[in-house]
Amino acid sequence: MTVEAPIRVEDKLFQNRYLVDVGNAHIKVKPHTKPSAELLALIKVCPAHCYELNTNGQVEVTPDGCVECGTCRVIAEGNGDIEWNYPRGGYGVLFKFG
Amino acid sequence: MIEERFDAIVVGAGMAGNAAALTMAKRGMKVLQIERGEYPGSKNVQGAILYADMLEKLVPNFREDAPLERHLVEQRFWMMDERSHTGLHYRSDDFNEEKPNRYTIIRAQFDKWFSGQAQEAGAIVLCETTVKELVKDAYGKVIGVITDREGGEVHADVVVLAEGVNGLLGTKAELRDRPAPDNVALAVKEMHFLPRETIEARFNLKGDEGVVIEAAGTISRGMTGMGFVYANKESVSVGIGCLVADFQKTGETPYDLLERFKKHPSIAPLIEGSEVKEYAGHLIPEGGYKAIPQLYGDGWVVVGDAAQLNNALHREGSNLAMTSGRIAGEAIFQVKSRKDPMTKENLALYKKMLDDSFVIKDLKKYKDMPDLLHIQSQNFFLTYPQLINKALQNFVRVDGTPKVDKEKVTIKSFVSARSWTGLFGDAFRFARAWR
Ligand SMILES: Cc1cc2nc3c(=O)[nH]c(=O)nc-3n(C[C@H](O)[C@H](O)[C@H](O)COP(=O)(O)OP(=O)(O)OC[C@H]3O[C@@H](n4cnc5c(N)ncnc54)[C@H](O)[C@@H]3O)c2cc1C
Ligand code: SF4
Repeated sequence: MTVEAPIRVEDKLFQNRYLVDVGNAHIKVKPHTKPSAELLALIKVCPAHCYELNTNGQVEVTPDGCVECGTCRVIAEGNGDIEWNYPRGGYGVLFKFG
Repeated sequence: MIEERFDAIVVGAGMAGNAAALTMAKRGMKVLQIERGEYPGSKNVQGAILYADMLEKLVPNFREDAPLERHLVEQRFWMMDERSHTGLHYRSDDFNEEKPNRYTIIRAQFDKWFSGQAQEAGAIVLCETTVKELVKDAYGKVIGVITDREGGEVHADVVVLAEGVNGLLGTKAELRDRPAPDNVALAVKEMHFLPRETIEARFNLKGDEGVVIEAAGTISRGMTGMGFVYANKESVSVGIGCLVADFQKTGETPYDLLERFKKHPSIAPLIEGSEVKEYAGHLIPEGGYKAIPQLYGDGWVVVGDAAQLNNALHREGSNLAMTSGRIAGEAIFQVKSRKDPMTKENLALYKKMLDDSFVIKDLKKYKDMPDLLHIQSQNFFLTYPQLINKALQNFVRVDGTPKVDKEKVTIKSFVSARSWTGLFGDAFRFARAWR
C-alpha cells in the first residue's frame, strides 16, 4: 500500500464561515500536568482538530475552527477535563448548507 | 429582555422546535422561540433526507414553496470492502408521483423556511441568542429561561426543550444525563458542488429525480458506522459517521475516514471534479429506545434529538423530531385549553400520545439493535462485508473453476472467519433484534 500524505483538516475548515468571539473561548481545558487518556483521545477524535499537545506535553484547545459537534464534551466533560459551552448567540460556525 | 410572559418558550429552531412552535402558534398560543444561530439552520447538519408525510401533517401544502432538492426515486444500500461494493438498489417510477414521499434537502435553507412558517403563524423567533440556563421556582418547576442577552430572563408556563442532541440545558438542569460515548455517533460531512447535468448523468437521473446511497462495511474500519452519498440538485452530500466510543477506542480521525470513503473506487467517480464548499460535523443519537430519557416534568417537555428520539438504523431523525415536536405542541395545547397547570402529571399526556405514535413504536421495535451492532461491530462492519464481497467476486468472475468448487470456497471462507456457531449465533441475534 502507498503511504498517503496526512489530511490537512485546516484546508477543510477554510471552506467554512465562522464568526469567532475573540477572547471568549467557548471550550476550556482544565489545567493539568499530565493529560488523561480522554484528553489525549481528543487530539484525534475532534473533527476540527482543535486539540493539540503543547511543548510541555499538555493538551491545549483552540476552538476557532470548532464545528460545535459536542464530541469532546461527550468524552471529556464527565471527568472534569474540559469545560464546554456553546459560543455566545450568533458566534461560532455559520453553516451555509449544513 | 422581553417583559411579557409567554404561554410557551421553545428552545431551538431545528426540526423539533419549529414543529412545536408552529403547532402551538397555529392554535393561538403565545410562543417565544429562541435560537442561538445567526438564522434558523445555521447550526444544523443533516444528510439530508426529508420525509414528506411528517411535514405534511404540519404544513399540508409545503411542496408549493419549501426549498426541496430532489424527490427520491432510488435507494441504494452498499456493503463495501476496500475495493468493491455489493449493492442492493431499489428504484421505482412509482416514486415519480404527484406527491413524492421523500426528498433531499439542505438544512440551512430548509430550517429557515420552516421557521418562517412558525413565524407566519405568530411565533416570535429570537435568533443569535443562546439559552444559558433554565429558571426553576422554589418547588423545582421550570418557569422560564436565562439567555445571554442583557437582562435575559424570560418566563413562560412551559418550556419545550428542542435543543438537539447535545442537550446542554437539560443536563445542566439535571433533567437528563449528558449523552454517553456509546450512545452517539459523530458524523462528518462535505458538500460537493457539480453542474446538475453531471449529477444527473452520474446518478442516472432526469429532472428533479434523486438517489441516495447508504454504505456500510470496511469503510468504518471495524467501528460501528455508516457512510452516505445523497444527490441534491447541484451538490452531492458525502459523509460518514461512527460511534464516538469507537473513535475513542481506535484513535481513527473522522476526517481521515471521510477522505478514505471519498477515495473508494465506488465513490470517487461520483464526486470527481467537484468543488467542496463546506465541511461539517455533528452528533447523531444512536442509543435507541433504551436511551430515551424522562420526557416531561413540571413545566417542561423534551423533544427530538435532545430526547434521543432518532432511529439510527433507518437514518430517520428529522421526522421523529418533527413528530415529537408536533405532539408536544398538541399535548401542551390540550392542557392549556382545559386551563390546567403545566405540571408533570398533566404533561404526561405528551408521553402518552408519543407512545401511541410511530416514534416510540419504531424505536421499541429495534430496541436490541444498537447493543448488537456495537458489541459485534467487528463482524458486521469488517468480516461480513469482506466475506460477502469476496463471495460475489468469486461468483461473478468466470475463470474455468467449476461452480461447486467456487461454492465450497465461499462457504469455507465464511466458516473459517466466524465458525458455524458464530454464523448461526449472529444470524439469530440479528433476526431477533430486527423483529
Ligand atoms: C450527518 C447527519 C445526517 C443525518 N441524516 C438524516 C436524514 O437523512 N434524515 C433524517 O430524518 N435525519 C437525519 N439526521 C438526523 C437529524 O438531523 C436530526 O434527528 C434532527 O435534526 C433533530 O432535530 P432537532 O430539532 O431535535 O435538533 P436540531 O435540528 O439539532 O436543532 C436543535 C436546535 O437548537 C438550537 N440550540 C441548541 N441549544 C441551544 C441553546 N442553548 N439556546 C438556543 N438554541 C439552541 C440549535 O442551534 C439548533 O438549531 C442526520 C443527522 C446527521 C448529523
Ligand atoms: S465540539 Fe467538536 S469540533 Fe468543537 S472542539 Fe469539541 S470535538 Fe472539536
